[in-house]
Amino acid sequence: MDDIASNGMVTAYDAASDRLKAGPRGAKPRRRLSRRNIIVYGTLIVVSLYYLLPLYVMIVTSLKGMPEIRVGNIFAPPLEITFEPWVKAWAEACTGLNCDGLSRGFWNSVRITVPSVIISIAVASVNGYALANWRFKGADLFFTILIVGAFIPYQVMIYPIVIVLREMGVYGTLTGLVIVHTIFGMPILTLLFRNYFAGLPEELFKAARVDGAGFWTIYFRIMLPMSLPIFVVAMILQVTGIWNDFLFGVVFTRPEYYPMTVQLNNIVNSVQGVKEYNVNMAATILTGLVPLTVYFVSGRLFVRGIAAGAVKG
Amino acid sequence: MTGQTRGSVRPNQWLRNLNAKIASIPMILTAVVIFVGGTAWTVVYSFTNSKLLPRLAFVGLDQYERLWAAPRWLISIQNLAVYGFFSLVFSLVIGFVLAALMDQKIRFENTFRTIMLYPFALSFIVTGLVWQWLLNPQYGIQSIVRSLGWTSFAFDPLYNSDIVIYGILIAALWQGTGLVMCLMLAGLRGIDEDIWKAARVDGIPMWKTYMLIIIPMMRGVFITTLVIIASGIVKVYDLVVAQTSGGPGIASEVPAKYVYDYMFLAQNLGQGFAASTMMLVTVAIIIVPWAYLEFGGGRKRG
Repeated sequence: MDDIASNGMVTAYDAASDRLKAGPRGAKPRRRLSRRNIIVYGTLIVVSLYYLLPLYVMIVTSLKGMPEIRVGNIFAPPLEITFEPWVKAWAEACTGLNCDGLSRGFWNSVRITVPSVIISIAVASVNGYALANWRFKGADLFFTILIVGAFIPYQVMIYPIVIVLREMGVYGTLTGLVIVHTIFGMPILTLLFRNYFAGLPEELFKAARVDGAGFWTIYFRIMLPMSLPIFVVAMILQVTGIWNDFLFGVVFTRPEYYPMTVQLNNIVNSVQGVKEYNVNMAATILTGLVPLTVYFVSGRLFVRGIAAGAVKG
Repeated sequence: MTGQTRGSVRPNQWLRNLNAKIASIPMILTAVVIFVGGTAWTVVYSFTNSKLLPRLAFVGLDQYERLWAAPRWLISIQNLAVYGFFSLVFSLVIGFVLAALMDQKIRFENTFRTIMLYPFALSFIVTGLVWQWLLNPQYGIQSIVRSLGWTSFAFDPLYNSDIVIYGILIAALWQGTGLVMCLMLAGLRGIDEDIWKAARVDGIPMWKTYMLIIIPMMRGVFITTLVIIASGIVKVYDLVVAQTSGGPGIASEVPAKYVYDYMFLAQNLGQGFAASTMMLVTVAIIIVPWAYLEFGGGRKRG
């Protein structure tokens, strides 16, 4: 699974795109408007419209006032652009008794995501390094369990984890949630780092050993500086994954620590009050903004990250 | 594990490679305590009558009998089957067709890929809420079509218990097909150009080349994609919570939601454990044959 989904795919992908960058080759040039081209581009454009439609509707709706939404259709551009729904979503929308908007959830998500990303990557990179370069008896067994465990539905392990966290006295706190994200991020990240470190030239490692460098020295002085790309891939994977998490947020934290996704769901799906669709859509965009930014900024690395992360399922 | 034969001669085998062992403690704990221990714990407690708190009072298969007699669980399973079947078929077909189109040496490939893949960056909650809005019968697609003159047009999947699961399916496909396309495209790019040339020389039509040569060659990619989609299907939870909260009534319930509700809302832990054990069984049915095909049978993984 790892070969196909991470390494194989990525190299195939990069090679292919290099080929594309090198310019047209091979077959003779065709007429621009051949029937084949019309079919290919036509289909792709129609499909693209389908993918873009929800984003468009979200943005348009969030910029309209409620009266306009009630009379108009959801695809029409706003007659009068208003940013009030955005302000309301950010600072005033209510969940239960709290009416301080999504900003609370946003900052909770930041406080959850930052330490979770750092700790999970730190732990998994050291794990992967130990597995790739310092194998000990039984290491492969634990690693296999870890990878197989990635396919176990979370629901099976949730309650035992609640008990463990309660015994540790961190159930319901941010610390507890960070631990949970570290645990469930471990299989895929360890796999990612193990494969990457195993692919580095062994001579480097051996030379350092001959020079008397130990476990940590080699990790910090040789492996880390050589592995920046894979750390970036891991970060993309974790930031989007943890930011988008809903289940762990709702199970392992108290309401005052709810991440943005949970709060968003509570705001939009609350049964009391008049539905303010424009505020809801503004809130939805706000929640999606962080992973979308990561996606558009990281480009090709994101594809690499999800190709590796896809095994997480 | 080749160096171990030498290590066994030494007196202090435990201290060998000590730093690596210390560094692996989080992994070992996660694998043993959480993945193995936690799973075993849940399976064991699924045979008890735990209510508010887990208690070791065994009742045999009671929880499972109750589970399979519960209408809500049966609907959950039925939804999962329908959703899973169509999700697999459509993801694979749409993903492959899109990848094949993207592989025609087209221009703006990056733009098209960016557009098709961006929904995958969004959470299921965001996806569910957007499609809840688009499928809103009062303002969404239904009202647009009606305002165009087709006044009897009805498309309100989120309010019609017969077709609600298809409403969820539309959202799920919007979110996930981009990824399948990317995986398939990578598979297509991994195929040797010469095969295409040979097929062209022999005058085999394009669709036939795809069906008879390319797809069989992409077996590995298809299986990997299948496993990825399938294990995602079993876990589907957030999307349903956001889009329908299981409604109308209990028409769009899924097993993952059943587990959560019984464990944390209904204070009926035994039912939750039994349901989650059934989820585990479902995943095992998918994973075990695949793992056997992929890693068993004498072939060593790299």
